[in-house]
Amino acid sequence: MASAISPSAASSPSEITATAAKTRSYWSNVLRRFLKDRIAVACAVILLLLILAAIFAPWLDLADPYRGSMIKRLRPIGTEGLPLGSDEQGRDMLARLIYGGRLTLLIGLLPVVFAFFIATVLGVAAGYVGGWVNTIIMRTVDIFFAFPSVLLAIAISGALGAGIVNSLVSLTIVFIPPITRVAESVTSSVRSLDYIDAARASGGNAFTIVRVHVLGNVLGPIFVYATSLTSVCMILAAGLSFLGIGVKPPQPEWGLMLNTLRTAIYVNPIVAALPGVMIFITSLCLNLLSDGLRSAMNVKD
Amino acid sequence: MSKTEVLPHQADRGGPRQPLILAQNLKKHFPVRSGLLNRQTATVHAVDGVSFEVRKGETLGIVGESGCGKSTTARLLIGLTELDDGSVIFDGDILGSDISLKEMRRSVQMVFQDSYASLNPRLTIADSIAFGPKVQGLSDPKDRARDLMARVGLDPNRFAHRYPHELSGGQRQRVNIARALAMSPRLVILDEAVSALDKSVEAQVLNLLTELRKEFGLTYVFISHDLNVVRYISDRVLVMYLGEVVEVGPVEAIYAKQAHPYTVSLFAAMPSMDPDNRTEEPPLAGDPPNPIDPPSGCRFHTRCRFAEHVCRDKPPTLATFGENPDHLAACHLRDPSSGHSLAGKEVAA
Repeated sequence: MASAISPSAASSPSEITATAAKTRSYWSNVLRRFLKDRIAVACAVILLLLILAAIFAPWLDLADPYRGSMIKRLRPIGTEGLPLGSDEQGRDMLARLIYGGRLTLLIGLLPVVFAFFIATVLGVAAGYVGGWVNTIIMRTVDIFFAFPSVLLAIAISGALGAGIVNSLVSLTIVFIPPITRVAESVTSSVRSLDYIDAARASGGNAFTIVRVHVLGNVLGPIFVYATSLTSVCMILAAGLSFLGIGVKPPQPEWGLMLNTLRTAIYVNPIVAALPGVMIFITSLCLNLLSDGLRSAMNVKD
Repeated sequence: MSKTEVLPHQADRGGPRQPLILAQNLKKHFPVRSGLLNRQTATVHAVDGVSFEVRKGETLGIVGESGCGKSTTARLLIGLTELDDGSVIFDGDILGSDISLKEMRRSVQMVFQDSYASLNPRLTIADSIAFGPKVQGLSDPKDRARDLMARVGLDPNRFAHRYPHELSGGQRQRVNIARALAMSPRLVILDEAVSALDKSVEAQVLNLLTELRKEFGLTYVFISHDLNVVRYISDRVLVMYLGEVVEVGPVEAIYAKQAHPYTVSLFAAMPSMDPDNRTEEPPLAGDPPNPIDPPSGCRFHTRCRFAEHVCRDKPPTLATFGENPDHLAACHLRDPSSGHSLAGKEVAA
């Protein structure tokens, strides 16, 4: 309420300075509104901490995540020297969770980033050009929709074989169709607006019009949608590792750790559930963050 | 600020007697597709053989009911919709062979009805205006934008960095006019450009348009359904019905005496300022027929009081009928040789 009144009150004394302050750029407006959303900010902070911890893991003075000990297997949380206990091979859980974040976040985020770029190109082309281009791209995308995403990821990974690169490829392929569909529908709705016609009437070619007038108006919604997919992607990646067609042991990865610790569920259930908790927290934060971004980017005030 | 700085003059090529635009037999048929195989099942005859000319320096008003093809005609002129048939001759040059679409687009600009949808919400006003000149490689697009903003009554210091949603409808329409003028056009098509504004703002924008026309020697095609506004701004008026021209003539002649029965009923529907003279009966019953399957002969015969057999059988041609060689109508009543029983006689409309 207060913020709605202040700009108009400020515009009377000196017109020029007041309006300069009033007309903030679009992205600074988004930032200002995003910062007001406490839940989204908290989620962003948690995610940032996880990412920083993953990046700087070697400098954090942690135990070696690969060195096990037969004596110290499956210790509970709070054991001397093992703050989060140890896994079924006696490896330090804290170290493995933090190092595991490196791979998990990589496999969770990269496919969505790749898919975002590829699908934006496909979707914007389909939506802007229309006609046959649209039919070919969108019907091809529809074929991929015939398969449930989990099944598709498993099938592609299974065909390509286990490994990080192959899971990245299969997950990217899984996420291209949904993002393409969103990109296409947003673009074709923007395409029909008069300012695109006005730009065409100015003699701009399709490429310039897309760059200046289309991308700015479609990237926001596509980006928000892609953000909401990162949590799905993380869960899928964990699932692939869990099935043994993603990351290979002994590399630490949350899905794989959940898989190997599953045998210890009756011995030490809390430690066994920790990788799952990490997946849960990360995907929850990503979801809430994308919600916050979506409402912050909605500029109709 | 000098005028030449804002709008460098574009050469007149065909001479003063050459119409700026000569539209010949324009046709646009939209396919209606349906069914499993997306086959074409019908055709909308949006614009069906429209011919007219726009003379240099004049304002041609185009009026007609919703869906009569006014806007499609405008979009055909500027090449936003592809022609199915017919030709557009711009100042003596046939569009597509003598002059390319891109070349012509510098000379013909359009202002749309929806002032908000016709501005990119993510661009500042100055950037929106500067886009066209930048694309066409004109010098100093930013300075040009600021000059034009001042010319349409928007202080560039206050408005240049604003976004469309921060402006009122009238201000946004001024921006759209500036954007059109930024290309130094010779013809501006105003497609219901003032229809969405409230009356006081509408009057301001109309006065602005009249001033700009004088100052820059512009030619306007003014599309509207508001006959009062058309009377105020136009030199000649063209009346359309179901994708065809039914009457065209100088504004005084048409407003004084309408020749086509459709024009008569259109003008009868105009609200009167005199309460004793109010319109009580709807002058025309029903909606216009479906343009998917337009009536045979004269397209107006289904709603015309004077319709006879000849009207159903033979489409009338647009022709002069009286002493004014500029006033044309497409009606069998006005053609003594048409075979209509009342042809050539004065009928009380």
